[in-house]
Amino acid sequence: MTQLPDGRYVNDAPFDAQASLQQLERRDLDAPNWVLIWRQFKTHKLGLISGIFLLISYLMLPFAGFIAPYTPNERHPDHLYSPPQSVNWFHEGTFIGPYVYPMTSEANLETFQWEFVPDTDNPAPLEFFCTGKKYRLAGLIPTKTHLFCAPKDATVFLWGSDRLGRDVFSRILYGAQLSLTVGIIGITVSFLLGITFGSIAGYFGGRIDWCINRVIEILRSLPELPLWLALSAAVPSNWGPVAVFFIISVILGILDWPGLARSVRAKFLSLREEEYVRAAEMMGASPGRVIRKHMLPNFMSHLIASATLSIPAMILGETALSFLGLGLRAPAVSWGVMLNDAQNLASIEIYPWTAIPMLPIIIVVLAFNFLGDGLRDSLDPYQH
Amino acid sequence: MEILRYAVYRFGTMLLTLLVVSVMVFAIINLPPGDYLSNQIAELRASGQSAGVAKAEFLRSEYSLDRPLYQQYLIWVGFMPGPHGFSGLIQGNYGWSFEFDQPVADIVGDTLWLTVLVNLAAVLFVYLVALPLGVIAAARSRTWVDYTSAFVGYLGLATPNFLLALILFYYGHKYFDLPIGGLMDPIYEGEPMSWDKVKSILIHLIVPTFVIGTSGAAAMMQRLRANLLDELGKPYVETAVAKGMAPARMLTKYPLRMAFNPFVADIGNLLPSMVSGSVLVSVVLGLQTIGPTLLTALKTQDLFLSAFVLMFVALLTLIGTMISDVLLVLLDPRIRYEGRET
Repeated sequence: MTQLPDGRYVNDAPFDAQASLQQLERRDLDAPNWVLIWRQFKTHKLGLISGIFLLISYLMLPFAGFIAPYTPNERHPDHLYSPPQSVNWFHEGTFIGPYVYPMTSEANLETFQWEFVPDTDNPAPLEFFCTGKKYRLAGLIPTKTHLFCAPKDATVFLWGSDRLGRDVFSRILYGAQLSLTVGIIGITVSFLLGITFGSIAGYFGGRIDWCINRVIEILRSLPELPLWLALSAAVPSNWGPVAVFFIISVILGILDWPGLARSVRAKFLSLREEEYVRAAEMMGASPGRVIRKHMLPNFMSHLIASATLSIPAMILGETALSFLGLGLRAPAVSWGVMLNDAQNLASIEIYPWTAIPMLPIIIVVLAFNFLGDGLRDSLDPYQH
Repeated sequence: MEILRYAVYRFGTMLLTLLVVSVMVFAIINLPPGDYLSNQIAELRASGQSAGVAKAEFLRSEYSLDRPLYQQYLIWVGFMPGPHGFSGLIQGNYGWSFEFDQPVADIVGDTLWLTVLVNLAAVLFVYLVALPLGVIAAARSRTWVDYTSAFVGYLGLATPNFLLALILFYYGHKYFDLPIGGLMDPIYEGEPMSWDKVKSILIHLIVPTFVIGTSGAAAMMQRLRANLLDELGKPYVETAVAKGMAPARMLTKYPLRMAFNPFVADIGNLLPSMVSGSVLVSVVLGLQTIGPTLLTALKTQDLFLSAFVLMFVALLTLIGTMISDVLLVLLDPRIRYEGRET
């Protein structure tokens, strides 16, 4: 420690660049990639929350029937367009647990609407783990137990009922099964097509590249929805709901791949000049192996991020198609099918709760966007 | 003259693309089994009306639906003589709509111009909204202005636009007395253009433009903001600030111009999604554009009508993209004409 003439102290030890690296950073250099990505991702709070939310939503799908108090097509002829009922805890100041008021409907002959009067004298406590209509847990195990259901002589329409007296809340849960998986199946199709064509174009170049590139350009320059409409109009109307569901997801995926293929191609064009690719080629690896083992893993994470960002478009696409009556059809329940009921101004004005399915759509789409943003920001851990 | 050559080249590729699109459209339309006429013939046979059957059979051969598919295509486009010589899209014959029992040209008629109008208005809206908001969001990044606009933008992206249309229509009517449905007052329909008609159309355009444009504007705004932020971090900006340039002038002089390119180039991505949106919104709001026609035509397998509408929609986006490409070259001399290929 020497003292300079102006009074400051200076350390005599020679400067060691390595020591100025912090302990944490040095460990980073050895950490596997995913640890770094995860650490970076955790700082993106919105993305993290969205990811957790989506995870819970998807995990919930098999148990939709258990959580829902009713089955999706169960009708209550006495409760058409019933408004949402609230679940209360205190009745006249005393705690009696969650309960609802039984509702009786009366026809108003002046407005031709059903009017619902809650019977506030007889609170009906909700039942838990009770027996209701039969459904299949995860589509496999037949059971009758529901998480909660309406007490005797009362109904529990948390988010109201629709024009046939079906519970909107239960239908939204069931609808999630289709609406959320459409995006996953669609993105799988688009992923497979996009990676295949993109990598072929980028790896081989030349004439194949030219052809694929033109196809990509043409598909990208066309408006999606009219083509979706045309393709789904071609789905035979006598097919079952499951078949229609799959074909719709595939249609959504078929028109989505060009964007992905484009980025794959661009990446491949630059990667194929790298030494390790040339080395692999010289050792006699087949093009398929070079693509799959050496090049794809390089930017797989990047692809996953962009796939996450294109799932919302598919969810919205399914909604739009079903809404127009060309997507999933009636016995099937999806958010788009439900919104089909809310198509006119009358339902927005008089029965606004029939438009509730738009909330889960907005939330899920937002969540996918935030998750995708978060993933994209955290994928290059060495950049920060 | 380089630019003229490029424009011609770009026009040529557009025509080629259109040709490919026509093949695709025709194939897609013919995917479902059966066609309108054979469905009708079967129906008439079942009810025992032979007179109708004869007419349908006549139409079948008149529009050469009894020939192999590739011949149907060639006749439809006008590459091959049909029963009445060359008479296809190229010659200006758009075909016959079986559902409406009218020539396709008569059915679509006005709706074509209104479709163009609606989309044009939406594109204008996108630019007018996205440009100032994007610039402000970038210049004041990480302030409440930025966060609010990002939030609104995300919401615009996430809301299905048909629902937005319904809700806006309802509240627009309730609080601002905006008209519900349609693109003009019913009294002006079929009337010649007049000042009042134009005014009526403009008022009716407000909500559709907003609905169609919102998601596009949101996407555009985010991109402009990102581009501008990239530019703002560059050393030449620092130099300008250090030399004491006024912030507003500094911003508009260089970084904005740099960030502007993608803004124009983006219309190629923007237009297809906007045209999609306009089709959907038109169906929901009952606008007299091509959207509702397309939906009925597709549902009833009205071959020529749906094929024509699809072709028109594709043409609209292709022309838009072409214009934006040429504009881009005009705006930025650094873009090499052949360089855009990669």
